[in-house]
Amino acid sequence: MLIDWFTVGAQAVNFLVLVWLLKRFLYQPILHAIDERERRIAAELADADAKRAAAQHERETFQHKNEAFDQQRAALFAHAMDEAKAQRQRLLEEARQAADALRTQRRDALRQEADQLNQALRRRTVQEVFAIARKTLADLAGASLEERLVAVLIERLRTMDDAAHAVFAQALQTATDPACVRSAFDLPAAQRTAIQDVIHTAFAPAVPVRFETAPDLVSGIVLTANGQQIAWDIADYLRSLERGVGELLKEKGPPDTAAGPAPSETAAPHP
Amino acid sequence: MQLSPDETLFWQYGFIKLNATIAFTWGLMFVLAVGSKLITRRLSTELTRSRWQNLLEILVTGIERQIAEVGLPQPRQYLGFLGTLFLFVAAAALATVIPGYEPPTGSLSTTTALALCVLVAVPAFGIADQGLGDYLKSYMEPTFMMLPFNLISEVSRTLALAVRLFGNMMSGAMIIAILLTITPFLFPILMTALGLLTGMVQAYIFSILAAVYIAAATRTRKPAPAT
Repeated sequence: MLIDWFTVGAQAVNFLVLVWLLKRFLYQPILHAIDERERRIAAELADADAKRAAAQHERETFQHKNEAFDQQRAALFAHAMDEAKAQRQRLLEEARQAADALRTQRRDALRQEADQLNQALRRRTVQEVFAIARKTLADLAGASLEERLVAVLIERLRTMDDAAHAVFAQALQTATDPACVRSAFDLPAAQRTAIQDVIHTAFAPAVPVRFETAPDLVSGIVLTANGQQIAWDIADYLRSLERGVGELLKEKGPPDTAAGPAPSETAAPHP
Repeated sequence: MQLSPDETLFWQYGFIKLNATIAFTWGLMFVLAVGSKLITRRLSTELTRSRWQNLLEILVTGIERQIAEVGLPQPRQYLGFLGTLFLFVAAAALATVIPGYEPPTGSLSTTTALALCVLVAVPAFGIADQGLGDYLKSYMEPTFMMLPFNLISEVSRTLALAVRLFGNMMSGAMIIAILLTITPFLFPILMTALGLLTGMVQAYIFSILAAVYIAAATRTRKPAPAT
């Protein structure tokens, strides 16, 4: 008999015991280890995916921020450029205005200074002319300047043409104020008397005559009555002198330019 | 000449006896259980692991995959039974390289015991899966006329399992024993190598057939999902 039934039963039991043993010591631990590892790998993969997604998100955020920053920087730069240009224009305009104002001011000052100098020159010239004339007269003719002036005035009164004589006589007779004789220096009594005599004899006998001294008077002596005047003055000489001096200065110095000449060059009087 | 290791008796007390079949089975059980225990004592759940753990993982996952390919959707439920069938038969065949060893599967008692276990396990898994009524009804498919043929099929395939394994294993051992007496040197080695191959094939056939039977009993009304 090939089949021993006790052995069959024993082997069946043995097999079942082996099933239990292997389940206990082989399948469960191995499967547990595999599952554990797969869980761990899955967790690591999920973690890596999450990190990658987070990194991607971070990268996109960074790129967006970078682009925004670039745009903002460009806008700020353009704005700053525009502002700088505007500021430059404004400063240039201000500087130009200030320069214009300064130039105008300086030109005015120079002109004023030149005018003052002109005035001073004119006065000084008058004084010099009178001084020279006085000295020349005294040296050459033995006469004073005052005498010559009064003589000239008397000569003019006497040698007046008829029309002028009539007009002046009319003026003297209708005047309410006394006739006024103004001179650059005090007239001696003899000269005053001579002038009074001429007026009384040639125009109107009872006209009162008043004498004044005006040191700034350009003309040497003036007789005024009711708006009419007879005078001898050196204004013509002075104009001729000024013209001569001005032409001389023009030839020597540069012409007056818009930028403003140096004060020494413009100090000379203009004709 | 002995046809079965059952005939080698070490000890007997009435009905109870200790023969070579039982003794070698215990030896195999000891080696398998202690080996598994030693290897699985320190299992690593990290990415690096020992080569013995790798071997066992390949073995277990390979068996699991084979069961799934047969058509059992939850292979871990059947892994203990089918995997142990394969490992026991394969270990019994592999151990033939040890001189003086006789495979317990070369005993018709052992193969009958294994076939009886399959005979019991198939309806057990079937009933557990679809209930007693539905399982019994499957014997009358497609008509009640088929009931006797189904029952005969059940018994005959169990007998075929037992005899096929026994015949292959016994014949291998027998041929080696005969050849040893005729041509002592070369041919026994070749036949031993051939015996290893047939032993592995038989282990595969036995466990796969058991899996197919269980699959047939459990998926009568539940076709396996397309793979």
